[in-house]
Amino acid sequence: MEMKPLTRVILGLVCVLVAVWLVAPTLVVIPMSFNENKSLAFPPQGFSWQWYQNFFTNPDWSSSFLNSLKVASIVAVLATVLGTLAAFGLDRMRARPATVLRMLMLTPMVVPGVVLAIGIYAVYLDAHLVGTLTGFVLAHTILALPFVLIAVSANLEVFDRRLETAAASLGAGAVTTFRTVTLPLILPGMLSGLLFAFATSFDEIVVSLFITNPYLKTLPVQIFASITRDADPTVAAVGTILFCATTLLIGGGMLLLGRERKGRL
Amino acid sequence: MSALDPTTPSAPKWAGRAWRPFALTLPALLLLAAVIGYPLLTIVLRSLSEPQWGAQNYVWFFGTPVNLTVLQRTFVISAWVTLVCIICAYPYAYLMTAVGPRVRLALVLCVLIPFWVSGVVRTLSWVILLQDSGVINSLLRSAGFDGVRLIRTQTGVVIGMAQVLLPFMILPLYSVMKGIDLRLMRAAQSLGARPSRAFFTIYLPLSLPGVYAGAIIVFILALGFYITPALLGGPRSTMLSTLVQTQVLSLLQWGRGGAMGVVLLVATFVLLALAAPVMRSRYREAGRR
Repeated sequence: MEMKPLTRVILGLVCVLVAVWLVAPTLVVIPMSFNENKSLAFPPQGFSWQWYQNFFTNPDWSSSFLNSLKVASIVAVLATVLGTLAAFGLDRMRARPATVLRMLMLTPMVVPGVVLAIGIYAVYLDAHLVGTLTGFVLAHTILALPFVLIAVSANLEVFDRRLETAAASLGAGAVTTFRTVTLPLILPGMLSGLLFAFATSFDEIVVSLFITNPYLKTLPVQIFASITRDADPTVAAVGTILFCATTLLIGGGMLLLGRERKGRL
Repeated sequence: MSALDPTTPSAPKWAGRAWRPFALTLPALLLLAAVIGYPLLTIVLRSLSEPQWGAQNYVWFFGTPVNLTVLQRTFVISAWVTLVCIICAYPYAYLMTAVGPRVRLALVLCVLIPFWVSGVVRTLSWVILLQDSGVINSLLRSAGFDGVRLIRTQTGVVIGMAQVLLPFMILPLYSVMKGIDLRLMRAAQSLGARPSRAFFTIYLPLSLPGVYAGAIIVFILALGFYITPALLGGPRSTMLSTLVQTQVLSLLQWGRGGAMGVVLLVATFVLLALAAPVMRSRYREAGRR
């Protein structure tokens, strides 16, 4: 589209501002984590590693981190299995019931967090699930399910079902067909669903705040408690560690994918 | 779907049996019923039955001015957040379609980076950045705007929430804009339309489905926001979610908190129901083009 130079400059400037606005809150935690004083300030003063040390040695932080890892790993597997099964079922159903059921399964994405949280809290109080691993896993799995469903469904939509027919006509049983034809083709969708499910659980805060207790805290709950209680720069250190870990994971994944693609050529 | 009709003899044997697909969705549906359905039902029942059976909690909610103020404020803040998101996302998404692959990758990264760090940590950054002695206020002061308050005000809440929700506006906008045939614009201009006229008569209407989709997602997510208003806001920017939490956790008023929650839930689903047909027809129009 032809644009006047002035329009072009203004457009560029607006977009740079928006980009800064998007990225700034993520990046400011990095310098803040090296602050010398026990205060959260930007720009920070001095330099020290003490908040990183605190993260790894203070049991409040390290145990909540391990809890989050544990919960998110179980949730990722569980949500991927349930979500993939459901995506298959919906794909092979008649259109009308499939639409209704799909909408039903996506509701966890739109129900306001606090409403869901008080509901789950009420049920968990009766079922003695507050502050238990099972409680966290069940709640997070249902919140992660829509992401798996969307990812796998997107993969199934472009999936050519004649391939399964071909395999069956060549004598493969249902299980063999699934293992050798279907599974490899939908694996990318399952993997991205797995990743989203892990991230959803690892980051979940609203429901977690209600179903937590002093014996079982996840990392976001610990961060929230720390923010509302005092200005502990350990939070900034946690943010920086998470940022670096994600960057490594995503960067490594992209490199691997790129190499694989090149290898196939 | 382009796949074979399941009744075709060459289709896999099991595809013809109608109960199989349902069986596959059953585990997910059971969990959904247990962890979403049953809790929401519990909340509805409690809002009608505590302390006694009746509509007293709803009468109380709609009869108390403070609640109505907060309800109205929740909608106003959500509307502001949606508006800010549209204004910021539109040029950004457009630029994503207009630049080369390298710059596009950079722009996409900027949209995705916020997801890399926990939402709570990002909100904390906003608390630091927006506080009275923070960077933004000192910049504003040196630019001559003295005494602007951002933290614990509605403006601060809107800035923080819009930043969290902006990706949900940019991504649908981008996916719609990507499909717009830019030759239409060139055709209009070659027929003598000025760029602005070509934009308003051709590009804008074609991109509206993306705006609708993004706006609905952002508005609905904004209605239920809890953490950002709780940390960035003050008593004069409380949103409905915070009120629900106070009633249930601090005052142990399950009936009243439940009633508030049901109001929020109903508002969300009414909006979704209203938006769904509009969005569907807009998408169809865009597809027909």
